[in-house]
Amino acid sequence: MTQQTDPTDNGPNPTQTAPDITAGRLGTADYAANFDDAKPPLGHRRALVEAARCHFCYDAPCIEACPTAIDIPAFIAKIASDNLKGSALEILNANIFGGMCARVCPTEILCEQACVRTAQDGKPVKIGLLQRHATDWLFDAGIRPFERAPASGKTVAIVGAGPAGLSCAHRLAMLGHNVVVYEAREKSGGLNEYGIAAYKVPDGFAQRELDFILSIGGIEIRHNQRLGHDVTLTKLRHQYDAVFLGIGLAGGRGLDTQGNGLGGVHAAVDYIAELRQSKDLAKLPVGRNVVVIGGGNTAIDIAIQSKRLGAEIVTLVYRRGAEQMSATGHEQEFAQVNGVTIIHWAQPAAIAGKDGHVRSISFERTTLTPDGRLDGTGEHFALPVDVVFTAIGQLFMTEPIAADDAASSLVIRDGAIAVDDERQTSLPDVFAGGDCISGVDLTVQAVEDGKQAAIAIDRRLRGQV
Amino acid sequence: MADLSCKIGGVSAPNPFWLASAPPTDKEYNVHRAFRAGWGGVVWKTLGEDPPVVNVTSRYGAVHHQGQRLAGFNNIELITDRPLDINLREIKQVKRDWPDRAMIVSLMVPCEEEPWRRILAAVEDTNADGVELNFGCPHGMSERGMGSAVGQVPEYIEMVTRWCKSHTNMPVFVKLTPNVTNILGPAHAAVTGGADAVSLINTINSITNVNLDAMAPEPMVNGKGAHGGYCGPAVKPIALAMVAEIARDAECRNIPISGIGGISNWRDAAEFIALGAGSVQICTAAMHYGFRIVDDMIEGLSNWMDSKGYRTLADFRGAASRNYVDWGALDINYELIASIDQQACIKCGLCHIACEDTSHQAIAATRSNGDRRYEVIDEECVGCNLCMHVCPVDGCITMQPVDNGKPYTVWGDDPRNPANMQD
Repeated sequence: MTQQTDPTDNGPNPTQTAPDITAGRLGTADYAANFDDAKPPLGHRRALVEAARCHFCYDAPCIEACPTAIDIPAFIAKIASDNLKGSALEILNANIFGGMCARVCPTEILCEQACVRTAQDGKPVKIGLLQRHATDWLFDAGIRPFERAPASGKTVAIVGAGPAGLSCAHRLAMLGHNVVVYEAREKSGGLNEYGIAAYKVPDGFAQRELDFILSIGGIEIRHNQRLGHDVTLTKLRHQYDAVFLGIGLAGGRGLDTQGNGLGGVHAAVDYIAELRQSKDLAKLPVGRNVVVIGGGNTAIDIAIQSKRLGAEIVTLVYRRGAEQMSATGHEQEFAQVNGVTIIHWAQPAAIAGKDGHVRSISFERTTLTPDGRLDGTGEHFALPVDVVFTAIGQLFMTEPIAADDAASSLVIRDGAIAVDDERQTSLPDVFAGGDCISGVDLTVQAVEDGKQAAIAIDRRLRGQV
Repeated sequence: MADLSCKIGGVSAPNPFWLASAPPTDKEYNVHRAFRAGWGGVVWKTLGEDPPVVNVTSRYGAVHHQGQRLAGFNNIELITDRPLDINLREIKQVKRDWPDRAMIVSLMVPCEEEPWRRILAAVEDTNADGVELNFGCPHGMSERGMGSAVGQVPEYIEMVTRWCKSHTNMPVFVKLTPNVTNILGPAHAAVTGGADAVSLINTINSITNVNLDAMAPEPMVNGKGAHGGYCGPAVKPIALAMVAEIARDAECRNIPISGIGGISNWRDAAEFIALGAGSVQICTAAMHYGFRIVDDMIEGLSNWMDSKGYRTLADFRGAASRNYVDWGALDINYELIASIDQQACIKCGLCHIACEDTSHQAIAATRSNGDRRYEVIDEECVGCNLCMHVCPVDGCITMQPVDNGKPYTVWGDDPRNPANMQD
């Protein structure tokens, strides 16, 4: 692969000399409409109709399909009986981020896929929307249902105020322990605050949920505290009764294509974080021609959000087929409905630029060899581009702990912190969960990790192990 | 196309679908619309003596079941609150406009001979086809010694029926209240009094629900509630049993029956007719959806009769009645066991938990390669049908007869009956 400095060979739009990147492509009302709830909530009546579709299965398959094992038939039955407080508590007791998960869970591959109504009618009960109905009711009612057990006198340090860390913090607080959370960023929430597509969590939901979770008390969050920089694992272990690491995947995988040093080539996660923090979307620059490289939900999210910010042509290119994309079929379809063109079986070959800025990107078509290996076919095509987003995966960064003596005995396996079933690491007083351990990279899984770790930490602190 | 015409108690109609005495039959305007829609007859909303009664607001309560509205319905409305002469004039006009439709006039006056004589004479002048004596309403009028207050005393039924038969040549239908312990008492009284037909059931005494904020029964009238008359789909099983009881009773001497109670479609109507009804009366379904529902009732019944080879209603009227027997006449040796179609099963586990918790522990919940599997334990299954009824998939659980080689035996002949045991 070579960096081509002359774009005229594969720049289909040679007449334009400067990249077309500008803010304010849309009218004010368009921004509001485009970034409002992509999936509006159920009204009371529709919730009742939907709840009535639930068969109230015994040993329900949906419960088994939920990483946090919410008793779904029970919470739905409580919606049907107008016991919305009981319904919300059924959810939140199992999953304190039940409100967020109701919005972001790929239910089509979890509870709703397992729903027996899928087998019966090809149409599951809308479990996600019902979960949102119940949890929204509780939040809107301003109810703070959780109380703390008598103080244990123990304090646990948590690194990372994302879903895993805060789930762990909340459960520990419930169990009577004090918690100090160290968060590298300015705000808490992790991917809920910086990573989830804006149209999935409008109206500041992430912060509202955060306030709800913290309202239990006993959780102190210290921001701008980066592990390995402002605080070390050694020190935390010394200072606290136990430590939970929910540090996520801090590194973005980059293209190995030359030329990605050019302006206009960005990691998707950085731009999404900027978008989420933007106070005025009309001031956020967006390219006219946008190319997204990747096949996961981040790729889908950045593609749709680019389109909704006013990009004219958004093309998502993935090196394998639709089946292999980690974004669900539902997400892929949503991207297409939003006007994103998805090109399968093509990998980036070269990025060409002019005056230090990307202008075109060429791809080589790919195919599977008989032995199942991905191979280039030698056939190329190029796309004119103003902005390239890479969304080809996040990596666990060892630096924050590698720099630390105590971390030398923390076992890292296959690019993740090694843990047992209780989320205990190789260091007996250190637990971990969320994206920094191996397993599915879903919010709901991170919440479960945090919850299970908290239960294990509690047992340990009470001398039961 | 099957012939749906009917004649009961001397009253003829082009089809058996009649509107029951109720708000839909209170005015000429409504009844015109009903006849235009195709209804075979109406029982005009109950007339009483002037001055007319005064009704309250609100008047209706409802039971909604799991999103289905009006599974049950109740009212505290009294008889017509319009002057008698207006009603009579309208009845006369409608009958003139629709001569082929059955026009029956419901009546309720105090339990004295003179008022009955007077009102019958007035009704005869309308050329109505018959009268129906309202001995049924459980609310309001019963507090004034009418409605079910009469219907619950067989002697009164017989007496009033006899008066009516002696003062008019019009056919007399007696409408029975279900608010009794045995429907045969009132039915016998009607027969003895000379009734041409009985109509049943009237509404069931009820409180549909309680408003837990106001702490009062619904429907509420300025913070208070009274018991009302219950009807709608929920009461159909009660009505069927009462109709069946009269139809098979020897003392009732095959008195014609106009069946009423939760009839919402042609199939419900066919069930009443199969148990012996000669016509059916409908109210709640019409109040829910309007008069147009009669179109499907007529067409559906006709198509079904064609498919069964029934040319007239008489061809199947009472056909199920001969199979309605006492428990003591059932075959004690008959055996069924449940069978689950594993291909159709959606793994909801409802059959298992119903049987496990509340019945005979005859459905095992197992896992096969991680997949849920529910299997009937034949030796434990008593063939009760519970699993089949709770299963949400039609045809997934069926009851299979067991060929046990035993003869049809009734309890009275069974060796296990203590009366048959030798010491």
